[in-house]
Amino acid sequence: MATAEGVVLEARGITKTFGNHTALKGVDISLRRGEVHALLGENGAGKSTLIKILTGAYTPDAGVISLDGQPVSFATPQQAQALGIGTVYQEVNLLPNMTVSDNLFIGRQPSAFGLVNRSATDDLARKVLSQYGLDIDVRAELSTYSVAIQQIVAIARAVELSGKVLILDEPTASLDRHEVDKLFEIIRTLKSRGLAIVFITHFLDQVFELSDRVTVLRNGFRIGSEPVAALDRTGLVRMMLGKDLVHHHNGPVEGEPDGGDLLMSVRQLGLTGSVQPLDLDIRKGEVVGVAGLLGSGRTEMARLMFGIDVADSGALHIDGESRVVRSAREAVSLGFGFCPEDRKADGIFGDLSVRENIVIAMQARLGWFRALNRDEQLEIAGNFIEALDIRTASAELPVKLLSGGNQQKVILARWLATDPRFLILDEPTRGIDVGAHAEIVRMISRLREDGLALVVISSELDEIVSYSSRVVVMRDRALVAELHGADITPARIVQAIAGQGVEGAA
Amino acid sequence: MNPRYRPLAATTLIFIVAYGLCIAQYPAMWSTRVLGNFLTDNAFLGIAAVGATFVIISGGIDLSVGAVVGLAGVLSAVLITTLGLHPLAAFAIVLVVAASFGAGMGAAIHFLRVPPFIVTLAGMFMARGVASILTQDSIPIDHEFYRTISGLYYRLPGGGRLSAIGLLMLLVFLVGGLIAHKTRFGSYVYAIGGNQTSAALMGVPVGLTTIGIYALGSFLGGLAGIVYSLYTSSGYPLAAVGMELDAIAAVVIGGTLLTGGYGFIFGTLIGVMLQGLVQTYIVFDGTLSSWWTKIAIGLLLFMFILLQKLVFSAQGRRPRMQKAPA
Repeated sequence: MATAEGVVLEARGITKTFGNHTALKGVDISLRRGEVHALLGENGAGKSTLIKILTGAYTPDAGVISLDGQPVSFATPQQAQALGIGTVYQEVNLLPNMTVSDNLFIGRQPSAFGLVNRSATDDLARKVLSQYGLDIDVRAELSTYSVAIQQIVAIARAVELSGKVLILDEPTASLDRHEVDKLFEIIRTLKSRGLAIVFITHFLDQVFELSDRVTVLRNGFRIGSEPVAALDRTGLVRMMLGKDLVHHHNGPVEGEPDGGDLLMSVRQLGLTGSVQPLDLDIRKGEVVGVAGLLGSGRTEMARLMFGIDVADSGALHIDGESRVVRSAREAVSLGFGFCPEDRKADGIFGDLSVRENIVIAMQARLGWFRALNRDEQLEIAGNFIEALDIRTASAELPVKLLSGGNQQKVILARWLATDPRFLILDEPTRGIDVGAHAEIVRMISRLREDGLALVVISSELDEIVSYSSRVVVMRDRALVAELHGADITPARIVQAIAGQGVEGAA
Repeated sequence: MNPRYRPLAATTLIFIVAYGLCIAQYPAMWSTRVLGNFLTDNAFLGIAAVGATFVIISGGIDLSVGAVVGLAGVLSAVLITTLGLHPLAAFAIVLVVAASFGAGMGAAIHFLRVPPFIVTLAGMFMARGVASILTQDSIPIDHEFYRTISGLYYRLPGGGRLSAIGLLMLLVFLVGGLIAHKTRFGSYVYAIGGNQTSAALMGVPVGLTTIGIYALGSFLGGLAGIVYSLYTSSGYPLAAVGMELDAIAAVVIGGTLLTGGYGFIFGTLIGVMLQGLVQTYIVFDGTLSSWWTKIAIGLLLFMFILLQKLVFSAQGRRPRMQKAPA
């Protein structure tokens, strides 16, 4: 196999299918010695599947992986590790209850006659960590150190064990700026030592700051692999979101600007480490679209408004009164509803019936002592099954047997049954088929016409453009732009996400 | 002080204070006689509790220990009196049977992914059932070797007797401590208790270690059964019913975290001694019902679980990083 200069690990034609869902289709990637390779893509693009294949956690259905020009295959992460491929996962996968030196050397402790030599292990650990400029008590438990230090320990461990390829899965997700700088310094040192480094992140700044080459995945395909020097931010965002900037669309919604009554006004609402303080007004009868890349703070903003996370700064005015929403329960009692992004994990009760899933929020609102009897429940469920056209054989079918689009409608019905004033929908059309997609979009417009206030988060720019009265754009955990009227176009949104709003538009 | 030593220090302190209070009331409790009897009377519990400590540090639980103790006693009695084997040969067979029984449970836990609670509950019923099929009655063991071992003791200054089985218990604690804190196997046990998924990703042989942990637990259960038969000179199928719970209580009182990952073998020794102290106090008092032991143990247990909660929340352990939502 012909390999380009300096290529350590090369994967060609990687394909992986789960059930009838193809996660990766013929993806190529090649990693070079002494190069930081950023891997980008939205949720579901196939990043994590690719990483799991490169590290031996999954085996590909098709495709070849070669290491130093030799074809290799590995069935377990240990085998990949032994061949030189080390990984540091986003959630530090170490043992918080054990000491730093145990974490570095577990299973490899120097020992004699079956007894571990602790002081020798500790000395080795100190020596290893000193290469990373870390002088800490290696006999203290890992959990006593900050995430940044745990991250460095994890990197040190991976490099010790492997030493050819280092894969970093969102290493900066929970670090502050200073810690990120320190980490980058370490990554640059490792790069100069000749490691091939894969760097997964959602922060575009970091891609440009650290990486030499970028590979973008979307929907399981490799969209491109380019040297960073040849890219600008807009181009990169376009690759990630798949937006053709001359795309034609059906103009923004004719909302009566500032027409509806003010329902909620958010002033400098923020949570340290989650969302920077932001201002936003939400009126009755309008849809506020929220655009932004994964990790931009869009879901975190929704969680603050719904009281799942409690803000540590700013204020929330509802109907002109200052309110603090401390829990989802309180939000529900104010007439709010929230359809979360991951409906399987956070939304539906898979084993409960359609009827039970629909009435549960309403029952929660009524309280303990006013149980709805079965007939009432059936009537309510029946009404919504009809109104939202939920395709189910009966109201008693377990929800997990329904298609994704119908599950989404069940969650929508659950909130509509509580007669809400304000609904937050997080990625309401993810993972559902085209027909159901159009129906959900229509339903959003209908609810707006009925006078509800909606906040809809979506990565589908065409979709946001088609139903939003206003669009706000999130980037790096801050609200960076609010687009009105004729400005609501996919092109403007992409520019705002990339942070090149004004210049790009001119 | 490193916060992980706090529960251990608390247990030790409580033991010392409690013993001091007992002595203040009954000065006769301060004697090597009483101390020696502590060790002898709780030898079987202590040995089984060492096994339970490993299981609990790994985040598991073993409900079969009491039944294994009963089975080991009956099996020893049957092998020695009915089949006429030399006790040492019988002991070897019993220990191999017990260890394989535990290894089987460990394998079921690992390969079939059944929770340890269920597997060892099944193991408990099976072991107790087999013991009762072997015999319904208590079988007295009348063998020269048994008399010799039971009679062996080291005379402590002050007239106390450190019996062979008491010494054996101390030895088991010593070896158990070495295994837990000084071997790779020991570090694997803590690793699995800390986070099994991480441990597997870091190359810890989770399957083998799990099998080893439960094999060790049942092996020590078997040894405890042998000690119990030496202590009572008999084998009885309903011996040590519910003893696994005393063992678990000793482990928790000794500062081991029931959710796994933290704990010390030495703490378990203090836990066992505390239980023995309460019993001895009741004997000295003479008017209290022996069920007060259970009440005292219950209170201690409750106190320690509260204490652990306090220590671990004061330590300010970061909550697990949330799945970063978009």
